[in-house]
Amino acid sequence: MSAANPTHEDLDDILSGPDIVKVPAAAPRRRTPYFETESGRRLAEGTVTLFRNAIPPVLGIAMFVALWALVAASGKSIPGPAETWAAAVELFSDPFYDNGPNDQGIGWNILHSLYRVGLGFGAAAAVGIPLGFMIGRFDFLSRMLSPIISILRPVSPLAWLPIGLLVLQKAEPASIWVIFISSIWPMVLNTAAGVQRIPQDYMNVARVLNLSELKVFTRILFPAVLPYVLTGVRLSIGVAWLVIVAAEMLTGGVGIGFWVWDEWNNLNVAHIIIAIFIVGIVGLLLEQGLMLLAKRFSYE
Amino acid sequence: MQSYVQIENAGMVFNTKKGKFTALTGVNLAIEQGEFIALIGHSGCGKSTLLNLVAGLLDATDGVLLLANKEIKGPGPERAVVFQNHSLLPWLTAFDNVHLAVEKVFGGSESKAQLKARTATALEMVGLTHAANKLPGEISGGMKQRVGIARALAMEPKVLLMDEPFGALDALTRAHLQDELMKIVAATQSTVVMVTHDVDEAVLLADRIVMMTNGPAATIGEVLPVDLPRPRDRLALAHDPHYHDLRSRVLEFLYSRQMRPKEAA
Repeated sequence: MSAANPTHEDLDDILSGPDIVKVPAAAPRRRTPYFETESGRRLAEGTVTLFRNAIPPVLGIAMFVALWALVAASGKSIPGPAETWAAAVELFSDPFYDNGPNDQGIGWNILHSLYRVGLGFGAAAAVGIPLGFMIGRFDFLSRMLSPIISILRPVSPLAWLPIGLLVLQKAEPASIWVIFISSIWPMVLNTAAGVQRIPQDYMNVARVLNLSELKVFTRILFPAVLPYVLTGVRLSIGVAWLVIVAAEMLTGGVGIGFWVWDEWNNLNVAHIIIAIFIVGIVGLLLEQGLMLLAKRFSYE
Repeated sequence: MQSYVQIENAGMVFNTKKGKFTALTGVNLAIEQGEFIALIGHSGCGKSTLLNLVAGLLDATDGVLLLANKEIKGPGPERAVVFQNHSLLPWLTAFDNVHLAVEKVFGGSESKAQLKARTATALEMVGLTHAANKLPGEISGGMKQRVGIARALAMEPKVLLMDEPFGALDALTRAHLQDELMKIVAATQSTVVMVTHDVDEAVLLADRIVMMTNGPAATIGEVLPVDLPRPRDRLALAHDPHYHDLRSRVLEFLYSRQMRPKEAA
């Protein structure tokens, strides 16, 4: 081994020695400031976008809370944000207790309401979407049903409650009936509109290819109409959640709507305000969830 | 010996809200196998209507249309159509759009692997192998039109019907696709009927140019055989006096004899 001509092994030996400090081969003279590196720039940009996107909503919420605090401070009856927050923390510390039918945790109340909405809305979807397809496909049916739909659609949901109580005899199915009848229309109408708006071109393709009815449905009708159906579903679930509070106030039982009424009788205003937030947030989540679903199935 | 496609005294009357509208009347045309026919005329002259009659998307109210001595009744895959606006299904990839047609035509007799191979071949023919898994929304207008052509060709139709297939494209893309179409038609020996409003396109591509009179009650005004030798090259043709002669004859028909009444006034 000669010092002038070291082999690779020699170099490895030397370089792995304890007194060698490894220096990257192309180390720049000046250390690049972090915000000029790729990851640094991305972090900086990300932070800027985050702030740009976050500032307006945060500002809006802050203003809302401030206004609320102002109103609460000026009167005696409405609890302020801090008081409500404290009540909410206490309420949510034990959401699933069960002291008989008239005193259950907030979690049970929400779940019961969601269950009713699920049943009523599910039944409405099961009836409304196929009905919408048929109305869209057959002009005769469309003209036959459109006067009935036009009359029934604008009826206030609660006007249906007495009919439900009369026919079904019980409060629970009656409230589900109200959800059903008030949330079915957006699904019927949107599905029908979707079917009617399928471009003639797609149907011409189906005709030239001589596709079977099944293939026409699975490859053309269904995917073409799906975005419309999902719009209807989204509107419907909004209506269903809107209606459940009112329906439960009237029919009673465990549920967020009856809970509001119960707390009003107890004069626990903080809980009513919490209920308003819960209704709003759950509704938002339902709608956002369906938006995600709709985005998954949109092809444009 | 009968011609391959036989159109005998065909007429089309539409029932509209304003009463009956006669779009076509007394159309007689015989198309030989392997022939490339261009239908040209002013808009509203019923050239698309005539194409739809051959496609079977419309039923003639008068006369008879025959393909290989059989009456044309309703649409069918042996008369594939390339639509003006490509008409791809936007929720299927380019591959699946073509495969849908292949599956329908050959699904009864061929294995799945063969069907896939056919689809791949069709896409390769229009130079879109790389875009097979893209959705129509992700590719350009010219590429979409090529997928539409691939879909039609993959069906191995007896007659390929094209309704202004390049009308919506820019001039460069159009020229490129015309060249590709010429190559494909030469290779497959397809019988083609193409509707166009572009005189250069008609002279470049067609064996015969069928010129339509103005509607309503349009009919065939004149048939011009294009006896330019193939393969044709657009650059060479630009200096060919015979090409210009043919072009002028189409222009003369369209703009002096069939000048639209409104414009003539």
